[in-house]
Amino acid sequence: MIAEALALSAALFVIGAIGVLTRRNAIIIFMCVELMLNAVNLSFIAFSKLYGFGGQAIVFFVMTVAAAEAAVGLAIIIAIFRHAQTVNLQNINILKG
Amino acid sequence: MSHFFYSFHFYLFGILALASSIVFVTRKSPVAAALWLVNTMFCLAALYVMLEAHFIGIIQVLVYAGAIMVVFLFVVMLLNLGHPSDLADARGKVPTIVAAGLGLALLALIGVTLRFQMPGTLDTTARAMHAQEAQVGAVGAVAEPLFREYLLAFEVTSLVLLVAMIGAVVLGKRRTA
Repeated sequence: MIAEALALSAALFVIGAIGVLTRRNAIIIFMCVELMLNAVNLSFIAFSKLYGFGGQAIVFFVMTVAAAEAAVGLAIIIAIFRHAQTVNLQNINILKG
Repeated sequence: MSHFFYSFHFYLFGILALASSIVFVTRKSPVAAALWLVNTMFCLAALYVMLEAHFIGIIQVLVYAGAIMVVFLFVVMLLNLGHPSDLADARGKVPTIVAAGLGLALLALIGVTLRFQMPGTLDTTARAMHAQEAQVGAVGAVAEPLFREYLLAFEVTSLVLLVAMIGAVVLGKRRTA
């Protein structure tokens, strides 16, 4: 079952990466990043079946960082929305030369 | 019989997770996308439990599906983006081609990786893990590496959470100058 779990993890990561590259809504891009983090967690869990509980401890850290990232990132998105009245990333191009 | 039962449910939840993640990236409405992502996370929690990570499975439901996604839904509610049909989502040609190429390359990588022999579950590791879990419980077994090998990382995590909390409050505050 470990090989299947790793394949599923890779497929979920690919789906998340494609979502990040092709979507324009900042919130959906953020959710795609969460999906990628989840995919990596799945492979950590699969490997923890082989190598002991260390992998599960790492998943714990990943979840903590994901929660922190969601809080800060969504606050930034709200700030951007207040500034630009949109979360469409193609309309947010002030840094473009 | 029990092995068939196990692999049937493993594939069931795996396919459900894959299908709902594909539906998730193709939804226009952020709310629909968030709910499909919650579905994916529930399926992943089931897979974690089936891979004998019981504590992590529970935490997945509580923290990811319960807390993080609720924050996402709150932000969608606060922003009031208008009707999903008005949102011109999905980028132009070049990013789509790049994404398709990246996707194909990564899928080819999966194919190559799966050709290698996976080490089967080491019987000694599995037996030691079962013994440890029977002795100290599912939470205690995860706490063991958390408070020994990764103690420094664990303490730094509390700092990360503090910084995130302060950052979220500062960024979310309206400027009243």
